[in-house]
Amino acid sequence: MNDLATLPTTRDEDWRYADPDWLAAADPAVLAQWRELEVPAGGAISETRDVAAGVERLRVHVGRDARFALFCINAAGPYARAEVEVTLEEGAHFEFGGVTIGGGDARQEFVTRVVHAHPHATSNQTVRAVQWGRSIGNFLGRIEVVRDAQKTDAAQNFRAILLEKGATANAKPELEIFADDVKCAHGAAIGALDQTAAFYMAARGIPPEVARKLLIRAFVADAFAAIEDADLREQMLEKALAALGEEAL
Amino acid sequence: MLKIENLHAEIDGKQILNGLTLEVGAGEVHAIMGPNGAGKSTLGYVLGGRPGYEVTQGSVTFNGQDLLELEPHERAAAGMFLGFQYPVEIPGVSFAQFLREAVNAQRKGRGEEALSGGEFLKLAKEKAGLLRLDMDMLKRPVNVGFSGGEKKRAEMVQMGILDPSFAVLDETDSGLDIDALRIVGEGINAIMRAPDKAVLLITHYQRLLDYVKPDVVHVLAKGRIVKTGGPELALELEEQGYEAVV
Ligand SMILES: Nc1ncnc2c1ncn2[C@@H]1O[C@H](COP(=O)(O)OP(=O)(O)OP(=O)(O)O)[C@@H](O)[C@H]1O
Ligand SMILES: [Mg+2]
Repeated sequence: MNDLATLPTTRDEDWRYADPDWLAAADPAVLAQWRELEVPAGGAISETRDVAAGVERLRVHVGRDARFALFCINAAGPYARAEVEVTLEEGAHFEFGGVTIGGGDARQEFVTRVVHAHPHATSNQTVRAVQWGRSIGNFLGRIEVVRDAQKTDAAQNFRAILLEKGATANAKPELEIFADDVKCAHGAAIGALDQTAAFYMAARGIPPEVARKLLIRAFVADAFAAIEDADLREQMLEKALAALGEEAL
Repeated sequence: MLKIENLHAEIDGKQILNGLTLEVGAGEVHAIMGPNGAGKSTLGYVLGGRPGYEVTQGSVTFNGQDLLELEPHERAAAGMFLGFQYPVEIPGVSFAQFLREAVNAQRKGRGEEALSGGEFLKLAKEKAGLLRLDMDMLKRPVNVGFSGGEKKRAEMVQMGILDPSFAVLDETDSGLDIDALRIVGEGINAIMRAPDKAVLLITHYQRLLDYVKPDVVHVLAKGRIVKTGGPELALELEEQGYEAVV
């Protein structure tokens, strides 16, 4: 295979919001690398990750009745992309919680592809973006349900808060469904911080920067709600919120 | 204690308050009544400093201080409390956390030490008890899923915990059942009836005033005070309506 020929550009659908400068300078060999993970039948693996700058790609095969959970904080820049490709066997479950949080010129994205290859598999993805400065937060989520994968239940939810005018968020859900007895839900919303709530807090004496932090914390927490270990959940939240610079508040 | 002079304010370029003048002394309870859309809630928001409510003329002095100079959270720390006509829901933030942040932010603003978790809990329990609000409700997200009456009682629990010197209560009585009305009325008296405190009570009905007896009653119409009288004015209004009285 000619690596150079496979170097993507922003004309590729999956790379449409990527950083063109980064892509132009990218090493094709690095781009071709995937970390492979196997969750054996009946097993369960849960991972938490800090996404690093650049592109990281993970391919997971989730065995029959097995469960894979992945929770990521993407606070890196100038370009940080985490890609996950998951194939689900019968009765398997994939849980994903992702947060992009950044300012300046950061461009942060999650790209997921979930293949419901067999019946009765479920997946749930919750992505939250908090952007300020001129930063960009993206979620490209593709769900594929093959013809025989009846009783698939797949959900995907993306919400973004833009703290400043120059910030951007992009959502690109893509559903390819070839089975007929399937539940697929997806939603996306992009907005500003709730000003009414912020005033209510101020009216009780909470200074604006504290109010903002409380509201952002509540918003981000959705992405980590499925972390069972309460301490770990708290740690992830704190870590994500630590990315909020003074200029964000 | 609170002195409002010739206040003009607008929202989105639309003039709502039109030369409103009002003075409330320490130890007093003033009621404000008036038709829908008169500007009663607007007055509350302007006193609270809500963004988008622009004061174009006039002044507000609170304990000798220019209130309009202060940021909304600074007004709260200075002792101003605004009870909302429509309390705001904040998903994902628990009432307990919200209130503890609020109390401690105010204390910090006044140069006092923060309350410990235990001290806060004790205070919250006492005030929730006063308003007969189940403490478990404070574990829930702020106002989320609360009934209309529960929201209003929770407002008064907040007031009890924050212990302001001046409260603007915007239709705190609406949505309350008969027993809750009495509990809230007695709560307001317990928390705010003191020689160094004062209340501005916005209401449509006499029923709350049966419990919280006003010293002065004002009628607000078209953005200004058009009539002022004693407690009997409220009864008169209830009997005859605004058109006859104003
Ligand atoms: N954002 C806005 N833009 C324009 N007009 C507004 C805006 N918000 C409120 N108003 C108007 O301001 C006027 C005063 O409203 P306000 O809520 O203060 O009335 P109120 O006296 O509290 O009425 P009620 O008894 O119904 O609670 C109303 O006519 C209302 O429609
Ligand atoms: Mg009103």
